[in-house]
Amino acid sequence: MAYEPPVTDYDEIVENCTCAFCGSNCDDVDILVKDNHVVGVRHACRLGASKIMEDEDQRLTVPMIRDENGELMEVDWDTALDRAAELIAGAVRPVFYGWSETSIEAMKPGLELTELVGAVIDNQATICHGPTVQAVQNVGYPLMTLGEVKNRADMVVYTGSNPMNAHPRHLARYTTFPKGFFRKRGRFDRTLVTWDPKYSDTAKLSDIWIPFEENGDYGFCNAIRAVLKGKELKQDFISGIPKEDIVALTEKMKNTQFGALFFGLGLTHTLSKQRNIDIAIQLVQDLNKYTKWVLLPMRGHFNVNGFNIFMAYEMGFPYGVDFCRGYPRYMIGETTTIDLLNRKECDVFMVIAADPGAHFPGGALAHLVDIPVIQIDIHWGPSTELADVVLPGTFIGVETAGTSYRMDSVPIYMKKAIDPPETCREDEWIVNELLQRVKKIKEASK
Amino acid sequence: MEYILKNGIVYDPINEINGEKKDVMFKDGKIVNSVSDSAKVIDVTDKLVMPAGIDVHCHLAGPKLCVGRLYRPEDERRGVKPKTDITRAETGFSIPNCPATGYRFSRMGYGTVVEAAVPPLEAKHTHEEIIAIPNIDIPPLTLFGNNWFIMQFAKEGRIDDIAAFVSAWLKITKGYGVKIVNPCGSEAWGWGMNVHGIDDPAPYWDVTAREVIRALAQANEMLGLPHSIHVHPNDLGHPGNFPTTINSIDCMKDIKKNSEYRNQTIHLTHAQFHCYDGTSWRDVTSGVEPVADYINKHDHVTADMGQVTLDETTTMTADGPMEYDLYELTGLKWANKDIELETASGLVPFIYSGRNPVHSLQWAIGLELALMIEDPWKICLTTDSPNAGPFIRYPRVMSWLMSYQRRAEMMDNKEVHAWAGRKSALGTLDREYDFYDIATITRAGPSKIYGFEDRGHLGAGAIADIAVYDLEPNNFDPTRNAAAVEKAFSNALYTIKDGQVLVKDGEIVKIVSSKHVRTEVEGFEDEEKRILEEIMPFFNRYYTIKFENYVVHDHYAEPSSVYKVNASK
Repeated sequence: MAYEPPVTDYDEIVENCTCAFCGSNCDDVDILVKDNHVVGVRHACRLGASKIMEDEDQRLTVPMIRDENGELMEVDWDTALDRAAELIAGAVRPVFYGWSETSIEAMKPGLELTELVGAVIDNQATICHGPTVQAVQNVGYPLMTLGEVKNRADMVVYTGSNPMNAHPRHLARYTTFPKGFFRKRGRFDRTLVTWDPKYSDTAKLSDIWIPFEENGDYGFCNAIRAVLKGKELKQDFISGIPKEDIVALTEKMKNTQFGALFFGLGLTHTLSKQRNIDIAIQLVQDLNKYTKWVLLPMRGHFNVNGFNIFMAYEMGFPYGVDFCRGYPRYMIGETTTIDLLNRKECDVFMVIAADPGAHFPGGALAHLVDIPVIQIDIHWGPSTELADVVLPGTFIGVETAGTSYRMDSVPIYMKKAIDPPETCREDEWIVNELLQRVKKIKEASK
Repeated sequence: MEYILKNGIVYDPINEINGEKKDVMFKDGKIVNSVSDSAKVIDVTDKLVMPAGIDVHCHLAGPKLCVGRLYRPEDERRGVKPKTDITRAETGFSIPNCPATGYRFSRMGYGTVVEAAVPPLEAKHTHEEIIAIPNIDIPPLTLFGNNWFIMQFAKEGRIDDIAAFVSAWLKITKGYGVKIVNPCGSEAWGWGMNVHGIDDPAPYWDVTAREVIRALAQANEMLGLPHSIHVHPNDLGHPGNFPTTINSIDCMKDIKKNSEYRNQTIHLTHAQFHCYDGTSWRDVTSGVEPVADYINKHDHVTADMGQVTLDETTTMTADGPMEYDLYELTGLKWANKDIELETASGLVPFIYSGRNPVHSLQWAIGLELALMIEDPWKICLTTDSPNAGPFIRYPRVMSWLMSYQRRAEMMDNKEVHAWAGRKSALGTLDREYDFYDIATITRAGPSKIYGFEDRGHLGAGAIADIAVYDLEPNNFDPTRNAAAVEKAFSNALYTIKDGQVLVKDGEIVKIVSSKHVRTEVEGFEDEEKRILEEIMPFFNRYYTIKFENYVVHDHYAEPSSVYKVNASK
């Protein structure tokens, strides 16, 4: 890594901005601004900083419509919005997907539009922490805010996640390194544990690394629960881990003062899926008989949790909510995006602040090729290649203020640092415009 | 716009109107003494007219609710209603979605509902939900009882600084009053522990519930806030907890109130959960008598019922350790949500059943409270919604209070377990509430208790929040018609909010935005600034959020209704 001299040429520093990258939502970011451009970012990690800094790269700046030759052509806002509104108004089974990288303020008109046309609204949880939500619905949800871990935890466990790469400031800002009120020496007062088949960068930092076998998560958690309940382990190795190690770890976990378990997609997407989370939650519940333990899913996008919360308070269900019957229905496998696409039910797809082109399975993408796709986003990406109407939004937390919910559900008002490009429009404005135009079309056809 | 509500039978306890046939007039959202000839007439001849209801304690907006909705789709699937031309879709039974919450309260003729527990760190979330709830005004109570700053100041006896802190934090969280939940116990839950009784100190902080309650009460009265401290004492739901309850109230009796409108210096909430005698769930009996006796003899306390309605519901409270106890008891899925430096909280689904002896006793205890506390101005109707039952059951509770016959029938024909009669005095209580009493415990009393001078009555100048029910008090006997009482109070003939008709014939006809009702102390700005400067280094070191991003920005609390309090009086 080459040395980069500090940025000194700037007009102003906008302090305490919130990073719009991962679910850590670090709200101590200073953005250096010159001539309405971001020239430097302080305190953010490399992921966050590069997202904020290199924003101009491949930025979508003008609305576009795909012409009959299959080329995206630049058009004015009215034309693009009218085209998108026509598609939505004429759809039989529209799906509005995404929302995790935009603000709650933009979701509001989005939900109104969903209710108006009887669409399905869904977010990235459908392909990431959906199994977590299922597990939570099965067995419970003992969580906390991250400050509880910072101030109290003497044992921190990461499993199925590698925060040093994916949530780079998670250990530094919240869980492991900071000096907490009851943990005055920070890192030295805590035991850091990683359960992961990989020797990840987080494992390298850890005091204890438990490399259970791939797909061994369920068996491993189950073994700890068995030991906790005073059962003897009959096998010498469980999920590839010697039973003595499991017993020793269980003792350590029992004898902490405050333990916190963080899990990521490594748990949700291995063999037993939501059952992995079931057992991890039950393990934490069992541990509370002896001492204090809590857990938290490592949410990815900065507002993926926000969408689940928003949908829960507005309509009672967290994601994959279908309004085609005039009331909300939530049925995993039935009203969730991937299943609707795989079954080729969906006939118009709107994606906002997400990149299904990069993340969806092939079968789902094959259907997206066949149907009209409307994209609201700030960057060119694989989804743009699928899109028939492209509506360029603005960058929440840098160009537009808005509300987001951190992975631990702490709401944060993300302020803006610079003005958006003149040709772009705020997500909230775009969605609201679509809503108004669809309303007009519906009224005209009455 | 002028209106005249003609020939109703009016119950307005604050103005001592007890079932008089009279007109209620209002103009531009306010009650007036006269209107011009062009006023629009709404004919409600012989129908029951009251001020719109005020709920003193309900969990209806905020992070706990959202955890509940997220993890209980089985509850959301109950009570689903499709959208109409006016209303949005409804879901949920004990934890309805926000639109349903507003519609259901509005249909019952309620106009103001207090959100009972707001953790400051997540106050924005509560206000976001208030924005999503239509048709009712919502004053949120901010949690202070386990706040680290408060505990430290209470230990050091710094009452002035607590007052400054409370004043600042009410502005920061856009809150209405001071809520205390299991003082010191929820902090102990940070270590998986609890405290028992009011003299058991919190670990590390070495401060007791007695000290915290007293300090916050003194600060509350120093500021002269419209509401007193609102207390959920220690030991909730433990057999043998009634002495703790009495101690929590009694430790306050020398504190002078500083408010002309209210009488109390402490409000004891969901008292039903705090009136148990015995030593275990096997030998538990009702502990209402000593508590009711204490309340009857002292004027510094008011209470609300927390009536068990015998439904499947979702319990949720900032009393984290109690929820874990409940999880151990029931084995039903346990959710927990500890908030850094401020509080804990937890949730467990709960299935109250009339076949269960303990639940039946709880049912009896709630009713006993309402019947044994002689002065209806000292007790309010609540179910601690959704803890003891969802708020849509208020009309049913009214019907129980109004009919001895119905209560006896429930005990006789085994709708409740024999424990209800055997372990409480309910069977011997033949008191029956009349409409005036009902108006007192759901309108006038709450108005007094909260210092809502502008609502809860129908005097000139009050906001025009009015409920009309399809009952004719002069030829109707509520003691013999419990089902009809429930039906009528569930579906208001008219609900009028700020002079606008929102409900007609039990159906929503208009949607308006809910107001965020909050207090703002004036004349304490220098002290607030000083205390903020003092605590800021600590704040920055131990919170995980910047102070600038911690405060609830003004736009989260629009539209709002602000009670200004002059602290220098």
